[in-house]
Amino acid sequence: MADRAGYDPSRHERLVEALAGRLEPVRPLPAPAIRATLWLAAALLVGLLLAAEVDTASFVLRMHVPDLALAALGAVATAVTAAYAAFATSVPGRSGRWALLPLPPLALWIGASGMGCLRDWIAPGADIPGAHTVAGCFSFLICVSVPLSVLIVVMLRRACPLRPNLTAALGGLAVAAAAAALLMPVHPHDATATDLLIHAAAVAIVIALNGLAGGRLLGRGAGLD
Amino acid sequence: MILTLPAGPAPRGWSLALGTEQAQDAARAGERNGGGARMVLEDELSALMAAAQGGDTAAYRALLKACLPVVSAIARAQGVRGEAVDDVVQDALMTVHRARASYDPGRPFMPWLRAITQRRAIDRLRRAGRRPREVNDPLSYEAEVDPGPPPGQGLEARDRAAALARAVAALPEGQRQAVEHLGLRELSLDEAAALTGRTKGALKVNLHRALKALRISLTRETE
Repeated sequence: MADRAGYDPSRHERLVEALAGRLEPVRPLPAPAIRATLWLAAALLVGLLLAAEVDTASFVLRMHVPDLALAALGAVATAVTAAYAAFATSVPGRSGRWALLPLPPLALWIGASGMGCLRDWIAPGADIPGAHTVAGCFSFLICVSVPLSVLIVVMLRRACPLRPNLTAALGGLAVAAAAAALLMPVHPHDATATDLLIHAAAVAIVIALNGLAGGRLLGRGAGLD
Repeated sequence: MILTLPAGPAPRGWSLALGTEQAQDAARAGERNGGGARMVLEDELSALMAAAQGGDTAAYRALLKACLPVVSAIARAQGVRGEAVDDVVQDALMTVHRARASYDPGRPFMPWLRAITQRRAIDRLRRAGRRPREVNDPLSYEAEVDPGPPPGQGLEARDRAAALARAVAALPEGQRQAVEHLGLRELSLDEAAALTGRTKGALKVNLHRALKALRISLTRETE
């Protein structure tokens, strides 16, 4: 009796008939790697639009500084791995452990940026950006993040994120890292403590907004519309 | 007896233990009951889902019907009980419908279905956990047996002992001695005779009369 409780054939039969009646052909979503690549291509497109602003000589010079180059590498790697992890966790049945993938590059990114600050303390006199530039960096990060966030949320919603908060946080991390990576060629200064703080604040805001709003958006998308 | 054996040919050791024919039969049974059957079901469901993605209504209906017992089993394994299992089945089927584009036909179907069902079961359990419940449940007190003595037991026994002592004290001297020595202290007739200085015959007669008197007085008292 207890075993049969919880199995109501007629109710389920009705639902099966209703769902079968509503069936429309769908195209299976591409693999997470392909979808992540598409999103990264969109981010790269934003970067190309900004290419006119880049002071190439200064950028090449700064990339010869080890910690700046490592921070750039870390940001790019974080964007790539976090984007893949976000798309992988948006598909049911994929392991949640993909969320660990962006952690090593994230450590590299944060660590190398921190080294930049340390260098500034040890060898003062580096090029310190003024308040105007800081505000410019901040608005740059936010302006780049918003369209990339909207795009990734729309793309993630097409799948079925069963852990919406995790997926949204990974998406937010991907957006923040991509925006920081895109800022690097445009950014005319060495890393400093203020700089890192502003970056950290912008990154935190982007991740938090994506986590809160995106998590709800993705959660509703995954629920019963 | 249920034989659960891995798929594939039986290892040599089994052939020795069971005899060749028996071992082969067991291995075939293992293929049917174990991994082999699972693989066939997995492939069938995968093919049905791929067809459903293409818009095949019959395949979709067959797939959903095949999913029903699997989904309710997964829900129960997650700790969902009673009518809530039905709700989880409904939620899971609706999610399967909505998320059907996210299934990759090149991958096994079961992990996809299991992930959806487990998530819906957890959602259901969380919702049930948020609903206020009666903590002071009287049924739980009734169901729990107290191993100690019931509360009035000692009082009752003391009352009975006091009533008996009063009745014995009210007996004539000879009868009282007979009851005390023979009935309560459980001495032998010889010991009682030596103690009281009465004959054994007198003691027997007194005991008989005393018991008769006690029976009458105690019966009257309880009435």
